[in-house]
Amino acid sequence: MKKQLFVALTASLAGLAFTAPAQAVDYATVQPAQSNIAFSYQQMGVKMDGRFRKFSAQLAFDPARPASASAAFDVDLASIDTGGAESDQEVAGKAWFDSKNFPTARFVSTGVKPLGGNRYEVAGKLSIKGRTQDIVVPATFTAQGKVGSFDGAFTLRRGDFAIGEGAWAKFDIVANDVQVKFHIVAAQK
Amino acid sequence: MTASYTTTAKGLHWIMAVLLIGLLALGFTMHDLPLSPQKLQLYSYHKWAGVSVFLLVLFRLAWRAGHPPPPLPDSMAKPLQFAAHAGHALLYLLMLAIPLSGWLMSSAKGFQTVWFGVLPIPDLIGKDKETGDLLANVHLALNLLFVAVLAGHVGAALKHHFIDKDDILRRMLPQRRR
Repeated sequence: MKKQLFVALTASLAGLAFTAPAQAVDYATVQPAQSNIAFSYQQMGVKMDGRFRKFSAQLAFDPARPASASAAFDVDLASIDTGGAESDQEVAGKAWFDSKNFPTARFVSTGVKPLGGNRYEVAGKLSIKGRTQDIVVPATFTAQGKVGSFDGAFTLRRGDFAIGEGAWAKFDIVANDVQVKFHIVAAQK
Repeated sequence: MTASYTTTAKGLHWIMAVLLIGLLALGFTMHDLPLSPQKLQLYSYHKWAGVSVFLLVLFRLAWRAGHPPPPLPDSMAKPLQFAAHAGHALLYLLMLAIPLSGWLMSSAKGFQTVWFGVLPIPDLIGKDKETGDLLANVHLALNLLFVAVLAGHVGAALKHHFIDKDDILRRMLPQRRR
C-alpha cells in the first residue's frame, strides 16, 4: 500500500514536471546583418577565404529541448565573394555552381543531437547543384540575453557536388576540401 | 690587366638576367589569360620566382658591398659615368621594389604568397580591393619602368662593345680560357 502510494506520487510528480508549461525559449529570428557564412580552401598550398553575402534561414531552437530543434538554410550562390570579380564570375559558371540553373545551396536539418555543454551535432541534408548529401555539422550555441549565436564549421568535398568540373575537376590546384564556417545570430521569438 | 667582375657577380648577373626576363614575360602573359587552373599555377610560379629573385638581389647587394665592381674606364665622360651609376642604382631599386609591390598586392588581393607552396610569407597588409587594384597599377608601372631601364642597360652595353669598343661588356662575360 505504502509502496503503491509512493509510485503514484512519483509518477504524478514526474508528470507534473513534464506537463509544467516549460518556458518556450525559441531562438528563431535570424539576424542576417550579424550572421555570416564563410568558406576557405587551399589553392596550391595557399589558404583562400571567401564568403556568401546573402542567405536566408529558418530556425527553431529551444536550449531546453534541443532534440526538437530545426534549421533550414538557403544560401544565394550568386552572392559569393571569392575576393575578386574575375573569380566571382568564374564560379557562377556552369563548371562551378551553375548558379543560373541552381541558384541556391540548401541545408535542411533532420536531427539535432546534444553532445553535452553547449555543443550539438546537427545532421541534415545539403543540396548543391542538384546533388544532395547527408552531412553532420558540429555546432555550439551561446546565449547572450535574448540573443543566441550558433557557431560551427564543417568540411564539404566540392567533388561530391560537382563544384568545379572539367579543367577544375582535378584537385591539384584547387583542393577538394572546402571548410564552411558559419556564425548565425538569432533572437528569441 | 683588365678589371673584371668576380665570378660570383657575373653568375648572379646572368642568372638574374634570365630569371627577370622570364618573370617579365610570364607576368605579362599570365595576366591576360582567362581564369583556369593553369593560370592559377602560373601565378604561383611567378610569385615563387619573384620571392627567389628578391632574395638573390639581397645576396647580390651584400656581395657587391664586399666586392666593389671595377671602376668605369676614364675614357667615359663624367656625365655618362654618372648616368651609368644612376641607371644601375635604378635597376637595383626596381629589383627590390617590384617584388615588394607584388607581395603587397598579393596580400591585398587575398592571395597570400606561399614560397614553393611550403613557406608562407606573412601578409603585411589585409585584404582590401581598392588597395589591391592600386598596388596592381604600381606593380605594372614599376615593371614598365624596369623594361625601359633594362632596354637602356642592354643598349648601353652594346654601344660600349660595338661603338666605343671598350671592355665594359666583356668584363661581365665569362673569362675566356687561355
